[in-house]
Amino acid sequence: MEPELLERFARGDLEAFEALFRQFQGLVFSWIVRIVRDRGVAEDLTVEAFWRIHKAHARFDPRRGFEPWARRIATNAALDHLRTAKPEATLDPERVPAPPAVSREISPAVCSAFQQLPAKLQVVATLALIEELPYAEIADALGISVPAVKMREFRAVRLLREKLKKMGIES
Amino acid sequence: MNDHDHKLRQLLKDALPPEQAPDLARDLWPQMLRRFDHQPSRVSAWDWAVAAFLAAGCLLVPELLPVLLYHL
Repeated sequence: MEPELLERFARGDLEAFEALFRQFQGLVFSWIVRIVRDRGVAEDLTVEAFWRIHKAHARFDPRRGFEPWARRIATNAALDHLRTAKPEATLDPERVPAPPAVSREISPAVCSAFQQLPAKLQVVATLALIEELPYAEIADALGISVPAVKMREFRAVRLLREKLKKMGIES
Repeated sequence: MNDHDHKLRQLLKDALPPEQAPDLARDLWPQMLRRFDHQPSRVSAWDWAVAAFLAAGCLLVPELLPVLLYHL
């Protein structure tokens, strides 16, 4: 990427922001949709993330990459959404899968238990357990260390097991 | 990963399958521009301080009101 473009963005140049928006909107969207699992919400959050990026332009260091910075801001926007959204509102009905027959009955319960997790554990569980992304990538996006990611994953798994056990589901 | 972890992971994946190639279907720039258009006008702390000072002045010394109106 052109360093000059990043420097112009850091100075608040709207044309540079538009160029970066067009270049990275797909990447930011695909990251957010993995976390919130709803394309409509992810589109709104992509705009919200870029709004935050635009407002924070003066804090951007052009010597560092734009992508990791944008991804971290996008993660925070998705986290804020998960904190405020009602659990049932975070599922896109069109995306609810047709699970295998064995798990068809328990999938709603698993979804429910998953969505009751605290937002910061839910994000790590989504990215680590479902999307199977590398710990380092998750840590970078959340701005925490790899051991902290592993700890959150451990806590998420423990909490999920407790919730599923209460629902009579052996995991 | 032990068997328990594998089972839990499988339960999760059955209930919430991984996103497959989540590509953006449309350009979001027009939506971004609308967001710019709806940016609320921001009143600075200094403006609020001046307004509070003038309001307090008019309450304490009502004779100042015509002078203030004259200068507006």
